Amino acid sequence: MLNIEGLRIEIDGQEIVKGLDMEVGTGEIHAIMGPNGSGKSTLSNVLMGHPRYDVTAGSITFRGEDVFELEADERAKLGMFLAFQYPSEVPGVSVANFLRTAVNSVREKELSPMEMYKLIQEKMKIMQMDPKFAERYLNEGFSGGEKKRNEILQMLMLEPKLAIMDETDSGLDIDALQVVAKGVNELRGPEFSAIVITHYQRILRYIEPDRVHVMLDGRLVTSGGKELADALEEKGYDWVRQEFGAGTHS
Amino acid sequence: MPEDKTIQELGLDEYKFGFHDPEDYFFKTPRKGIDPEIVAMISKHKDEPEWMLEFRLKALESFFEKPTPTWGGDLSEMDFDEIYYYIRPMENQGRTWDDVPEDIKNTFEKLGIPQAERESLAGVGAQYESEVVYHSLKEEWEKSGVIFTDMDSGLREHEDVVREYFGKTIPPDDNKFAALNSAVWSGGSFVYVPPGVHIDIPLQAYFRINAENMGQFERTLIIADEGSSVHYIEGCTAPTYTSNSLHSAVVELIAKPNARIRYSTIQNWSLNTYNLVTKRGVAHENATIEWVDGNLGSKLTMKYPAVYLVGEGARGEILSVAYAGDGQHQDAGGKVVHAAPNTSSLITSKSISKGTGRSTYRGLLKVHEGAVGSKSRVECDALLLDEQARTDTYPYIEIEEKKVNTEHEATVSKVGEDQLFYLMSRGLSEEAAIAMVVNGFIEPIAKELPLEYAIELNRLIQMEMEGSVG
Ligand SMILES: Nc1ncnc2c1ncn2[C@@H]1O[C@H](COP(=O)(O)OP(=O)(O)OP(=O)(O)O)[C@@H](O)[C@H]1O
Ligand SMILES: [Mg+2]
Repeated sequence: MLNIEGLRIEIDGQEIVKGLDMEVGTGEIHAIMGPNGSGKSTLSNVLMGHPRYDVTAGSITFRGEDVFELEADERAKLGMFLAFQYPSEVPGVSVANFLRTAVNSVREKELSPMEMYKLIQEKMKIMQMDPKFAERYLNEGFSGGEKKRNEILQMLMLEPKLAIMDETDSGLDIDALQVVAKGVNELRGPEFSAIVITHYQRILRYIEPDRVHVMLDGRLVTSGGKELADALEEKGYDWVRQEFGAGTHS
Repeated sequence: MPEDKTIQELGLDEYKFGFHDPEDYFFKTPRKGIDPEIVAMISKHKDEPEWMLEFRLKALESFFEKPTPTWGGDLSEMDFDEIYYYIRPMENQGRTWDDVPEDIKNTFEKLGIPQAERESLAGVGAQYESEVVYHSLKEEWEKSGVIFTDMDSGLREHEDVVREYFGKTIPPDDNKFAALNSAVWSGGSFVYVPPGVHIDIPLQAYFRINAENMGQFERTLIIADEGSSVHYIEGCTAPTYTSNSLHSAVVELIAKPNARIRYSTIQNWSLNTYNLVTKRGVAHENATIEWVDGNLGSKLTMKYPAVYLVGEGARGEILSVAYAGDGQHQDAGGKVVHAAPNTSSLITSKSISKGTGRSTYRGLLKVHEGAVGSKSRVECDALLLDEQARTDTYPYIEIEEKKVNTEHEATVSKVGEDQLFYLMSRGLSEEAAIAMVVNGFIEPIAKELPLEYAIELNRLIQMEMEGSVG
């Protein structure tokens, strides 16, 4: 599904991701954990095609296609999705209008207004969102938790093949966390892969990962099963740092 | 979808190329430029009463006396001697559709007028060149005493009413361009709504400039008598030409006690047009005047719709949106004068600038002594689509009364990289993403327009953006 090799990313001349390899198979869920500033969001943004970053080395292959030259919208059409850590606000554009435009952009055949309406209703129900939400302006004045729910709503609407969730669980209360996990599990299946970026193993109890990776200073320094997440939560990152000698720049 | 149909009906797809009918006129002034002789000829040709000729000639004097204003946009290239001041496309008003000549019909076809008729829209007054050639009014209104006609017929058929109000809200010596319009005005609409009558379908008129170097000086007067209400819509598109052309209209509104007038405009002038318009309304006791004003195209637009709140409890609202693309300057805003107690006003101005485009908000808020308990709020928001684009704000505030509440807020925002990335990550192309941000930005104004106009506005802005990209 997704294959990352020797990826190096710079921003404003500063290297943030320093040689990263990762493979996500079809139907797999991978978790990435790592301290603040280790480069998780940078990686997510680059996977989705953010123009501000410079990829200086390596490759990203998605469903057999090198995505290097592709703009974000083309990647979306290929089936990639990023649930943002900090979703942008778009004043004056309703959630419903946005969802309609987005869904019709990625689909080959446009949905009729009635089909669209039903789809939005159905997915909002799964996310336990008040139907009135559809008329609110995109992310404007949304609480942190509402923004995250809205991200997952978009994911359900767009039905991606690969979802990258950048700290979707941060700032959620227990109930919301379960709703978000439910949303992800809706899509879970042999055709759906995900990268779940998180600081807490709690969400991984609801969304069981196949692999857990630890990111430190721009590299994946160790990987394992979900027990690795438990160990991290218990012991913090210091032992990883000691063990894998991160912090020195190469 | 019905929305798409409307766009086609309006012929907007073809607009970019500017459709152009052969110039075939019964009357053309013998030369460019303006002097008393031409003014007299216009008046004579229209068979006007003596007082109107005097009005015109006096206005012409003001026009000559007043210097070209320098406080706003750049008018230095404006050459008043290079303009035809009056062109008349056909001898008589077309009373029915069949009377309208074929090429003019074609233009209307492209503008979607007959469809608008079919859809039983209120009445159609369409201005072709300097003259209204086709006009119809639904019978039920005629029965209730509503007058909706072109200004020339208004003067002929309702001389007393016209004489009472014409040039009173905007006197000819108000400013240089009002003076010019007063001297050479032709066409425009005359609307009178009797007491207590509510017109619930918008009245609409379409205007177009067609002949090269031709000025268009329409003159509109709307009177809403006590407790009545009316929504007037003016839509404007112009074909593209190479030399400068001038549009200088005057619009006067009078809302009697408890009346309500909303005047909506979407104007899209070709890029060489100077669009210099004076619009002003007077709201009496508990009356409401609302201007909804969309300005696109033109080389320079200078337009500041005004509301004079002269009766207690009167309310004024000005919503304006301007788009300045490459080489364009939109100098727009609003003026409100609070001259009575407990009056309230709201000015919302939104501007979008792209490339070398420049948008200026210029506003005046004046509160006279004694206008106690008045409230006013001014909000102007500018959106810049790239680094070069420019915006400025000139809010003039004169307050002579202490017991008032005024607020002013101005914001400048840019279409951010992160915002675009967010939208594009959901499958929207870059253009679609920018269009979405822009449409969201003008939403507060678009939602005040009837649906087909809101769509037209969004679509026009989208076309402008595409045009300046390619
Ligand atoms: N635009 C930028 N300019 C300069 N430095 C940047 C920029 N964006 C990110 N960085 C730096 O890159 C590093 C990695 O940031 P990133 O947001 O990827 O971390 P993260 O792992 O997602 O952290 P967190 O857990 O706090 O979300 C940080 O040191 C950050 O300051
Ligand atoms: Mg992050």
